Amino acid sequence: MAIEVKNIVKRFGSFAALDNVDLKVADGELLALLGPSGSGKTTLLRIIAGLDWPDSGEVAIDGENALSRGASERQVGFVFQHYALFRHMTVFENVAFGLRVQPRAIRKDEATIRARVKNLLDLVQLDWLANRYPSQLSGGQRQRIALARALAIEPRILLLDEPFGALDAKVRKELRQWLRSLHNEIHVTSIFVTHDQEEALEVANRVVVMDKGKIEQIGSPGDVYDNPATAFVHGFIGESIVLPVDVAGDAVRLDGRPLNIPALGAASGAAKLFVRRHDMAVGPAGTGALEGAIRHVRSFGPIQRAEVALSGSEGKTVIEIDAPRDRELQAGEIVSLQPRRYRIFAAQ
Amino acid sequence: MVSTAVARRSTLPGFGLTMGLTLTWLSVIILIPLAALFLKTFELSLDQFWGIVTSRRTLNALKISFGLSFAAACVNLVMGTIIVWALVRYRFPGRRLFDAIVDIPFALPTAVAGVALTQLFAQKGWLGAPLAELGIKVAFTPIGIFIAMIFIGIPFVVRTVQPVLIDLDPEIEEAAASLGANRWHTVFRVILPSLIPALLTGFALAFARAIGEYGSVIFIAGNLPNVSEIAPLLIVIRLSEFRYADATAIAVVMLVASFLIIFLINRLQRWAQARIPVH
Amino acid sequence: MSMQTGLVTSTPQLRTYAPTTDVSVAAPAPRLEIVRAEPVTARRDPRTEPGPIRLVIIALAITFLSVFVVLPLVVVFASAFSKGVVAYFAALAEPEALAAIKLTLLVAAISVTVNLVFGVIAAWAISKFEFTGKTFLITLIDLPFSVSPVISGLVFVLLFGAQGYFGPWLQAHNVHILFAVPGIALATIFVTFPFVARALIPLMQEQGTQEEEAAISLGASGLQTFFRVTLPNIKWGLLYGVLLCNARAMGEFGAVSVVSGHIRGETNTMPLLVEILYNEYQFVASFAIASLLAMLALITLVAKTILERRLDEAEVPDGD
Repeated sequence: MAIEVKNIVKRFGSFAALDNVDLKVADGELLALLGPSGSGKTTLLRIIAGLDWPDSGEVAIDGENALSRGASERQVGFVFQHYALFRHMTVFENVAFGLRVQPRAIRKDEATIRARVKNLLDLVQLDWLANRYPSQLSGGQRQRIALARALAIEPRILLLDEPFGALDAKVRKELRQWLRSLHNEIHVTSIFVTHDQEEALEVANRVVVMDKGKIEQIGSPGDVYDNPATAFVHGFIGESIVLPVDVAGDAVRLDGRPLNIPALGAASGAAKLFVRRHDMAVGPAGTGALEGAIRHVRSFGPIQRAEVALSGSEGKTVIEIDAPRDRELQAGEIVSLQPRRYRIFAAQ
Repeated sequence: MVSTAVARRSTLPGFGLTMGLTLTWLSVIILIPLAALFLKTFELSLDQFWGIVTSRRTLNALKISFGLSFAAACVNLVMGTIIVWALVRYRFPGRRLFDAIVDIPFALPTAVAGVALTQLFAQKGWLGAPLAELGIKVAFTPIGIFIAMIFIGIPFVVRTVQPVLIDLDPEIEEAAASLGANRWHTVFRVILPSLIPALLTGFALAFARAIGEYGSVIFIAGNLPNVSEIAPLLIVIRLSEFRYADATAIAVVMLVASFLIIFLINRLQRWAQARIPVH
Repeated sequence: MSMQTGLVTSTPQLRTYAPTTDVSVAAPAPRLEIVRAEPVTARRDPRTEPGPIRLVIIALAITFLSVFVVLPLVVVFASAFSKGVVAYFAALAEPEALAAIKLTLLVAAISVTVNLVFGVIAAWAISKFEFTGKTFLITLIDLPFSVSPVISGLVFVLLFGAQGYFGPWLQAHNVHILFAVPGIALATIFVTFPFVARALIPLMQEQGTQEEEAAISLGASGLQTFFRVTLPNIKWGLLYGVLLCNARAMGEFGAVSVVSGHIRGETNTMPLLVEILYNEYQFVASFAIASLLAMLALITLVAKTILERRLDEAEVPDGD
């Protein structure tokens, strides 16, 4: 176990940033901490790095108690959201910094340092920028230099805070793939924080979904998408249609009318029905659980997105569905809708 | 594994050490000396204190200091606004030079300003002579004090208001104009109101500075008791007479007044920040 | 992370590098050319005043600044050289003048050094950590700005004077503070106390703690972090604070006047000598010393302008 976090509690005043968080990260994993802002993900990352201290709890890195050491003794590589490159140093000196500040006894000689920095700059494919200053670099270049700098100290683990957050969309996509292939190459246990689900699902081996200081679900990207454990995860990952329903035994009712779908074991009482947009099958009127009038259709690529005003709600409940383009839908048409996959969670 | 109780630590080192040194040095240089002033005052009975503060000469000195400072701050408020407007909104030859010139009263040692103003406004001075012909005597009269206080106060208003006027969103004015306001309305109903917190702050700073001012005033003042003797000078006179209690009592009155002004400025700025969100 | 702290008691002297000079760069507004002849057909810019009003405002501003600020400065040099260059330099070569210059330099060196060290330490504690009472602490550091110079001197008389709290003890041990260099230095340190700290605090708060955190996470010690990361980032701000601190230290009059004792050739700083010579009607000599101080002020202003520009550049956010 590379990293083990137990019962971490961290408060800022009366606000619980982390509320009894447990997490185990295996050697060589590439883990994403995913959640909205204020979910505590960055705080957790900073506690692991030693940049913040929990009110209570334990953190172990490679089985050693990490909380007895300061950030400078943990040998943890940290890539800051805004990179935190030293603005008065060249790219080369930035990367060399961690090697130059080592205690004299273990400090490498200048030639070794130079060679190592050169290797790292090669690794991030930016050796040609060695003599530039951070202000002369693009965002993506800074990101890679920050990574090279963190790797220079041969970290036991690598932590990245919103690594792609400050970049524009195109660069972000490129860097994602690059980060994953880099991880395959160097295989250092890595955790990155993101609020972007696509990023988490695409890059990480395992995703930790957080909300309000708690972990909602830990699982593979496919797992958290296909089998969301909580209403929050279902709502946060992927786009969902959410309908307020009543569960009584195995019957599910919307606005008092039965839906003819099983409750899948949900407890009786007020609940929420979650369906992915593309999990709503469209059929001729009178054949499905729900019925509605199509108000508007837009088609792009392989799908058509339709706004449907559900019958029985006096047209007040409008949902958006994604249907394949095997049959073109028309505005004004009355259709039936049948959820293919869905989850029901008790309303909070 | 460790116990669950985790010692609070901070990431960056040196908080205890630097905070300790800061507080110690602050106490030694600022707080203890200022405390001595109040301690000394408490050695006086209330009657004694009242007697000193309300003696004719003290009262007149305080009146002169506060009254003329207030008048000078008013002039600075008006002239400062005009200068800021010219510097920020218009282009004219030498604009940058004049912008830099505004700082001279800050930078010029007060004694230098004092002798220079006196020389300038003395009866045979460049400005004193023509004024004398008009029958106006400036040097060695209260008008001289007033002039010196205007001199030292002007940068406070300009430098407080200038950044606010620069940052003023041009769209506000364009919106006012598009809503049919003429320029007069736009300036007096839209722009000036949003400058009010800065204007008042600048006014208060200039006022506070003028009350305590010594060097640039005493040369031109004439220093006639009850007529043109400012409170700081009276403190110096009492000290030279070894009347420490008198000096201290006057000092405490002035100090409390300037603390009140700082408090007011603080309030003003908080109010301004609450009213106009800082971006 | 929000860096909002209540630097509320603004003292414009310390209003660091706000656009005092380079208004044209900072201001989006002035596209108004006063000399521009407006085409008849052109609609008036909604953001300016009619031509005559503009002229009046500019004339008022220029006249006021010329009469109240420029003329006094000119008078200093004109009076200093009124009896010729020889008299000017003769006045400066007087032993009393030389002694005053030496004392002023000594006192400035002491107080700048002390306040430099203190300012850096205080700015580190205040800007790099979160704690309650921060605003109050900054207000305390600012106090000397709102205390009359005369009172700044008076407090040391109350402490160290013959009738002061430590007076008898000092006398018994034959230690001279008042009417000697230590007293002058103390009073000067008091009045220049906030300069360096106040130049650094906003700058360091704005720079945040990220670079320091990065250095620490890369294994640097506290001192390594300070000297290799923090100091290079604040060097211009530090110089700015030192510059203003020095100008005030050399020019301080009121506070020093109270504690100096005016012992000729011994405890007279340059501003005090200006006063003495002026009161003795030695105008050329007085203004000769004053002209040196005026030059110091002008040099300080120029250097300050250059530094403000540097700080503005350093501040340009390194966005993508």
